[in-house]
Amino acid sequence: MSRNQLFARGLRDSVPMLVGIAPFGIIFGTLAGVGGLSLWQAVGMSMFVYAGSAQFIVVSLMGAGASAVVILLTTFIVNLRHVLYSATMQPQVQGLPQRWRLLLAFWLTDETFAVVQRFYLVHGRTPLAHWYWLGVTVSLYVCWVSSSAVGVLFGQAVPDMASWGLEFAMLATFIGIVVPLLRNRPQIAAALAAGAVALMTWSLPYKLGLMAAAFSGIAVGVWLERRQSPSVYGIPTDEVQP
Amino acid sequence: MSYWWLILGMTVLTFLMRYSLFAWPNLRFPPVVRQGLHYVPTSVLTAIVLPGMLLPDGQTWQVSWHNAYLLAGVAAIAIAALSRNLLATIGGGLAVFFVLRWAMGQI
Repeated sequence: MSRNQLFARGLRDSVPMLVGIAPFGIIFGTLAGVGGLSLWQAVGMSMFVYAGSAQFIVVSLMGAGASAVVILLTTFIVNLRHVLYSATMQPQVQGLPQRWRLLLAFWLTDETFAVVQRFYLVHGRTPLAHWYWLGVTVSLYVCWVSSSAVGVLFGQAVPDMASWGLEFAMLATFIGIVVPLLRNRPQIAAALAAGAVALMTWSLPYKLGLMAAAFSGIAVGVWLERRQSPSVYGIPTDEVQP
Repeated sequence: MSYWWLILGMTVLTFLMRYSLFAWPNLRFPPVVRQGLHYVPTSVLTAIVLPGMLLPDGQTWQVSWHNAYLLAGVAAIAIAALSRNLLATIGGGLAVFFVLRWAMGQI
């Protein structure tokens, strides 16, 4: 496929995510406006920080008059999971020039990670795959920034979108991505462990439950994989297991 | 302190975490790390999906027949397992979800 085709395909594959992101952007804009941020500050936060969960939490912290240290520390903890995404995607950016790596890093979110990671698993690392990645990210970014602006400007006038349940589009997409990955015992066990820990730790603040769940899943997966094939232990391999 | 300074601080922190490992594109992880990274998508996405189904508002458990997120989520898992097709899972899951919400009078 050519660059344009891959880019267009990225745009297309991002559509189910847009359905879930747009209402959240509008809700974020509304809350930011109510919380005392100006239009440009709210849109600026979406444009520059570009991290939905952190933005929601920070706006509520700002409203409560939290100190700068608390706000930045919270941002750090809530966004720690991105280090995990960065590590997982790192092999895919190995051949890319610096400017591409900067750009794709800036746009690395949960949703982008889910969609793009799947593309690499299905298609392998084709030479132009980063154009697909770019299509996904541009689409999600434009959607997030513009829906935030809509939220600040018209948030009060838009009906209560939070109750529509549009975020189910994101759950359905994640389900469609995860289930085909569960084709061996370590992967299934990783999912069960991560799911169980997530349900036990959901009440922890700052996405700490998500981090605990992620590391539990990873630990269980690696442990089972090594128990099944101990001969692989310590032997470096270039094989990329899908 | 101006909100703009906070936004700048958040931007720098968030970007550094996202860029962290892209900064060393030629770094090769040890085998145990590489193995572990194979389980990141499964673990993270499951950890987002299950609470999303069982605690849709993020506050209260809703293990009941009135929880469309749970029922449609189970339906989506079944569709995904049988079809292994992403679009069918999204389309089918959303259809089940909104039909249930409509039938339950939730929309």
